[in-house]
Amino acid sequence: MDTAVTPAPTPAPVTRPAGEAAPAGSPPGGGHPRGRTPTGRARRENLAGYLFMSPWIAGFLLLTAGPMVASLYFAFTDYNLFDAPRWIGLDNFTEMFGDPRWRTSVEVTGWYVVIGTPLKLAAALGVALLLNQSRRGQGFYRAAFYAPSLIGASVSIAIVWRAIFSDGAAVDRGQQLLGMDAGGWIGDPDRIIYALVALTVWQFGAPMVIFLAGLKQVPRELYEAAQVDGASPWRRFWHITLPMISPVLFFNVLLETIHSFQIFGSAYIIGSQGNACGPADGTLVYTCYLYIQGFENSRMGLASAMAWMLLLAVGLVTAVLFWSQRRWVHYEEGAR
Amino acid sequence: MSLATRTAPGTRPDTATRNRRPRTAGSITWHLGALVVLAVLLYPVVWVIGGSFKPNDEIVGSLNLLPADPVTENYRRLADGIADIPISTFFGNSLFLAVGSVIGVVLSSSLAAYAFAKIGFAGRGLLFTLMIGTLLLPYHVLLIPQYVLFQKLELINTYTPLLLGKYLATDAFFVFLMLQFMRGLPKELDEAARLDGCGHLRTYWSIVLPLCRPALITSAIFTFINAWNDFMGPLIYLNEPEKYTVSLGLKMFVDQDGVANYGGMIAMSLVALLPVIAFFLAFQRYLIDGMATSGLKG
Repeated sequence: MDTAVTPAPTPAPVTRPAGEAAPAGSPPGGGHPRGRTPTGRARRENLAGYLFMSPWIAGFLLLTAGPMVASLYFAFTDYNLFDAPRWIGLDNFTEMFGDPRWRTSVEVTGWYVVIGTPLKLAAALGVALLLNQSRRGQGFYRAAFYAPSLIGASVSIAIVWRAIFSDGAAVDRGQQLLGMDAGGWIGDPDRIIYALVALTVWQFGAPMVIFLAGLKQVPRELYEAAQVDGASPWRRFWHITLPMISPVLFFNVLLETIHSFQIFGSAYIIGSQGNACGPADGTLVYTCYLYIQGFENSRMGLASAMAWMLLLAVGLVTAVLFWSQRRWVHYEEGAR
Repeated sequence: MSLATRTAPGTRPDTATRNRRPRTAGSITWHLGALVVLAVLLYPVVWVIGGSFKPNDEIVGSLNLLPADPVTENYRRLADGIADIPISTFFGNSLFLAVGSVIGVVLSSSLAAYAFAKIGFAGRGLLFTLMIGTLLLPYHVLLIPQYVLFQKLELINTYTPLLLGKYLATDAFFVFLMLQFMRGLPKELDEAARLDGCGHLRTYWSIVLPLCRPALITSAIFTFINAWNDFMGPLIYLNEPEKYTVSLGLKMFVDQDGVANYGGMIAMSLVALLPVIAFFLAFQRYLIDGMATSGLKG
């Protein structure tokens, strides 16, 4: 099996070489003579630990924690990058909530997350179930289905998407054949969002690979026992497969939802007609509007307030998911 | 769609029967299903390959995937560059950023991962929690304040803002990936190293890093692809076309009202995908396993 990266299952407890006592509490090198003085040893470990961690700590303070604090401050100021920030209290938030374009961006993002994520995960799970049968060509299909995940976020594919979904192109003609009203999705502010949804579904390969890894871990005996009891395929899926892969499902739902909230590049390019995220704000996703306010209109304070609303929304969704997992995610005994 | 283990009714479901069962009908259905999915997924890719060899007016109008009469004018016109900047400039810039990112991520993330996996320092639990927290943090919260920071440092329109984070292990996903791998290494190895008098630096460099090659390769390729595809970072920080990456070069095409040189844009879109596709073909095993691990151990 593919264990190139998968860490080996926890190795059996190591039997220590004879003569070396196993002192409880100080695992590595505990029996070594130099390690006898705990304070000296602990100090050396601390020094080494913080030396190794220093790039990460510098990055965390300089590029994550510091900016977060700054951003929280900017959110309550009027700041155009050149004049000093001016404290304006909650004005950014009142302006934001009263701005119809902001509400549009919330709606567009909401639709994108609510439609795109379940469709993508359903496709991922469905194809993973199909691929989970051991048949010839399985490895090839898995690799081929995964590939779009690597290129899907690129500008190239966004350009291709514009072309395929535009008036008179493949998707439009296909709709005409089915007798549906045609006219391309790219020029239509109401339908362009579905081109974006199609693009995210096209990238179902990444969660599919994760589902497949989860499916491989479901013990065969469970299915065999269920078959003896005469359980239908649907019941086997519902009562065995789904509970057994629920941790992986949870992981995928969490990750894909958080990612969906942050879509930017594809939305920017697909809708771009001289201006970002057009036409008529059809793909004005939240981050696009944040970009416009911050970098095109130099409203750094307002954009910071918008960013904090995004963080709040993502945090809320994450919290709800974690809270809900008690009800539907089953961890194996001792698996965590 | 039949599920993983469907047996004919009445058959005793033991492993032997399942494997020997005649399954031509099921097999044909299975391959048919897989091929349909494959066709849908490949359509855009075949479209861009075919389109890059079509004359301008045929690209959008025609439904044929392949050109009626293949032409190379799109590629020849690419040689003229965009707005007087040769295409090779964009590719050179993207390559520089991608390789620079790979070096930074591999070094800084493996250092942090080693500390988490192998050094028992005070405060490890707290730092680990913080790191996991950043894994879920939307990047856009940091966008404005980071820009302000780099603007104050007069680093706008340089590559520093795009690279610095890579050298400071800010992408927790890779720290986590390497950490999981290091935890799987047998403990006896570093214990033996310690008994031989190796310090942490020696153990890290001569023992753990070589053993972690698969995780390092996975991280390196993901980093390369992410940096290559990145759009928002260069869009915000670079404002001189000579410094633009491939993504921004493509955006220039889009902004130029692409009708005049539509074919050139399609050709460049394809060329821009080639490095990623090449990496995928060469290393798909590492990428897929890396993906699978992140989910299982997450």
